[in-house]
Amino acid sequence: MKQRNEQLPPGIRGFLIRMGQIDRRWIYLAVAVAIAAPMLARLRFPEVPGRMAHATFDAIESIPPGSRVLIAYDFDPASAAELEPMANAVLHHCASKGHRIALMALWPLGKQLADDAVRDILLEYHPDKVEGVDYVQLGFKTGNEGVIKLMTTSIGEAYAADASGKPITKIPLLEGVRTIGDFQLIASISAGTPGAQQWVQYGDSAMPDAFKFVAGTTGVQSSQLLPYYPKQMEGMLIAIKGAAEYEMLVTEKYPVTRSADRLALGRERMGPQFVAHLLLIGLIVLGNVSMLAARGWKGAAR
Amino acid sequence: MQFRIPEFIRNRAFASACRLAVGAVIMLAANLTAVAAPMPPAAENVRLDDAPDDAGGVLIVSWKTPDPTASAGIVIERSATAAEQEKDANALWIEVERLGRDAVAGVDGSYSLKGVPNDEDTRVRVSILGIDGELSEFVESAPARPSASLFSFKRLPLLIVVAVVSLSVLVWVALARSGAPLKIRRIAALDAVDEAVGRATEMGRAVLFVPGIQDMNDIQTIAGLTVLGRVAQTAAEYDARLEVPTCRSIVMTAAREQVQAAHHAAGRPETYAEGNINYITDEQFGYVAYLSGHMMREKPAACFYMGAFYAESLVLAENGNSIGAIQIAGTAEPSQLPFFVAACDYTLIGEEFFAASAYLSGERDQLGSIKGQDVGKAFAIVVILIGTILATIAAVDADGSVGVWTESVVASLRSFFGG
Amino acid sequence: MLQRTIPLLILSASGLVLILSYFSPITETWSEQVVSWFNILAGVAFVLGAGNLLAVNLEKISSKRPGWAYAAITLVSFGAMLVVGLSKWGSVPDAKYPNVHLAGSQDSTQAGYGWAYEYVLSPLTATMFALLAFYVASAAFRAFRAKNLEAILLLGTAFIILLVQIAAGAFLTNWIPEDSFFAFLRAESLKAIVTEVFQTAGMRAILIGIALGTAATSLRLILGIDRSALSKG
Repeated sequence: MKQRNEQLPPGIRGFLIRMGQIDRRWIYLAVAVAIAAPMLARLRFPEVPGRMAHATFDAIESIPPGSRVLIAYDFDPASAAELEPMANAVLHHCASKGHRIALMALWPLGKQLADDAVRDILLEYHPDKVEGVDYVQLGFKTGNEGVIKLMTTSIGEAYAADASGKPITKIPLLEGVRTIGDFQLIASISAGTPGAQQWVQYGDSAMPDAFKFVAGTTGVQSSQLLPYYPKQMEGMLIAIKGAAEYEMLVTEKYPVTRSADRLALGRERMGPQFVAHLLLIGLIVLGNVSMLAARGWKGAAR
Repeated sequence: MQFRIPEFIRNRAFASACRLAVGAVIMLAANLTAVAAPMPPAAENVRLDDAPDDAGGVLIVSWKTPDPTASAGIVIERSATAAEQEKDANALWIEVERLGRDAVAGVDGSYSLKGVPNDEDTRVRVSILGIDGELSEFVESAPARPSASLFSFKRLPLLIVVAVVSLSVLVWVALARSGAPLKIRRIAALDAVDEAVGRATEMGRAVLFVPGIQDMNDIQTIAGLTVLGRVAQTAAEYDARLEVPTCRSIVMTAAREQVQAAHHAAGRPETYAEGNINYITDEQFGYVAYLSGHMMREKPAACFYMGAFYAESLVLAENGNSIGAIQIAGTAEPSQLPFFVAACDYTLIGEEFFAASAYLSGERDQLGSIKGQDVGKAFAIVVILIGTILATIAAVDADGSVGVWTESVVASLRSFFGG
Repeated sequence: MLQRTIPLLILSASGLVLILSYFSPITETWSEQVVSWFNILAGVAFVLGAGNLLAVNLEKISSKRPGWAYAAITLVSFGAMLVVGLSKWGSVPDAKYPNVHLAGSQDSTQAGYGWAYEYVLSPLTATMFALLAFYVASAAFRAFRAKNLEAILLLGTAFIILLVQIAAGAFLTNWIPEDSFFAFLRAESLKAIVTEVFQTAGMRAILIGIALGTAATSLRLILGIDRSALSKG
């Protein structure tokens, strides 16, 4: 802003220096276009499943059909754009493999997202699944990591009934289930605290080796969770990229015929990310070129 | 002589009766065969013991399988609790688990029986499942009752670390009191508080202080409020307007106390304005929306972000940057540090943030505690170095005697520290 | 005196109980009690916060301060959600107690609360979160400039991660044979090196520092060495 009033050199150098001080609203506009255009054009790029996606896929595949799986929806609508695709894919994977699924949420608004997933994924692609037998919605429980701690000693203390008010003692899926150690796998789709880190600290550490643990996480949070892989976590899906890769593995083995778009959200959202990343690289290059131009000009002026 | 079949044999009813009899004989023979199949030998030495290192509620069932080759699994039943018997007087035994072949593959087997009441006796009985699905006789254990352990030995390594850190802190506090020389490096972000508040005063604009989005049970919020005390005192001395919108009600109350005390300390109690410290909403993005709008409208000249922050960190810091405010941030959320570093003028990184309280107070006791903390850090560095050297030797000399020995040392250390 | 001593005693006792219960399972229920007390306090304090919200916004409206219309919108929204939520307006009747209105569920969009969640709160929070994309771009444009060696390292790392997170990374480096000496330059290897070696190592160091800082601060508070968080009255 300060240099705008100064005398800038003419020609390309002046233009480049001016570009370095471009009003941030132009950047916002460029980002909007970079995200909206591929979204509207439904641009998709091929993804190569990485190590983490394979590790998560293998963890769910390795337990025998009929195993009990707990999926924790530890996120809310704010981060749904980033986490919903992987949550959908994990749910579809578990249901396709024949696992019995319990859903829960440590975030208040996570329960509604889990409800949506039951309606749009579980019952859409697996209409034969019966509530209480093949899946159960435990709902949201307040208390953050305290809930996990409680569930390591007694699930009944944390959840006396499922979300519809049915006592858990009368739910066939939870017959004989006393603690989270009675689940063969736990997946936390996590946007922050409480989330995957708390599941490791209070769940996995309290009963190591009792169950397999996998996590889905936002890109920002992933750096905090990486130290837990592979010792405490069998696999981790990181952001949209992780979701897209995992979706490929899941739909390749368990294809769906109708409404397949719901299991391709990750790949669909990689389109805008592709263009936005290129824009960011372009902006960084522009900023540096502008800085060099300004430095050269000041040097010459001296 | 003519042989004649007796009339009754030619009778249809007799034929049916014969068929029934033959069928019955075959069935009986089949049943006799089943009964005759060898029953697997019953489990031996069935014991029920309290699980160690827990808060109760868990018993360990153990048994010996006499013939693992003839066993396909095991059925475990527990005695009904008093409450269960009250509901159904006939419920004496309740099946807990039917374990597969793995449970009886060796001679010794065990199972954790969870959710057992601590205040009454429990018994178990087990029956071995044979290859053909037949059950052995049930063998009952002696009664047992779980109890909470006084000390969790599996947490001993952590207790040692806690003891080392706590002792070093206490020793250095004592040394500081006795006059040991203490030196703490300058923390630029805290030195810049005066500059930021002074600039706001000159410009006639407000100072905005955001104490994070967590409640008072988060140590970062407490550390943030400590810095607030200093900022509020400087603001009171300069007569600058300080605004503290909070995300939690208790934080609002605590912030009011801090700011009021700071005004007293500055000798200007009359300038304290309670109305500038408000509760906005618990909802993360509702709070961020308020702050963003407030910043764009009011354009504070200095913004402080001190506490626990998540996705909102960059939204706040970029808004502050766009209005040209001096920005000082402090958080111990590692994932948000890059955003603050990129968009703010000064950032207190992790432990610096916790040291702020001691730094600002200037009290010898508190400065001593930072020194003690450094001893803890040195301890961590030494442990990491030893571990790295041992692991490297084990990897380089994998087949040699030194490598094998170091590998066993690394394995023992790992198992001790739970790694 | 009482204003400082009693809170300090409560603070110290609660802190010690929480530490003790971690190492002594027999006292685990004590720590649950302490946490429950905090939850009760936080719940009651919410009334205080709501009262403050009302007072501040009513004052803004009555004195017609700039932006008073926003205050009015806040209060109307606050009141509407309170009424809809408490009255369970439009809730779906419970299967077991169909005649008891308050037993109904508010989760579906048929209920006022569920509707507001689905069509107001969800889009609003998602919008606020989505703003990050814009802020990341403007912050990156400003911050990633090769001013010195540290900035160049930061810039280089950003470049690698931005590229390998999209298909372009694989496209640009897939020609490098997987079994060659230069295989580490392939996108997936570069990403693994940056995130799992450098980033994880740095993050662990920061986390250890934070853990020690947290321990020392907690100890100062529990022992009453640092009283800055307590009332000065």
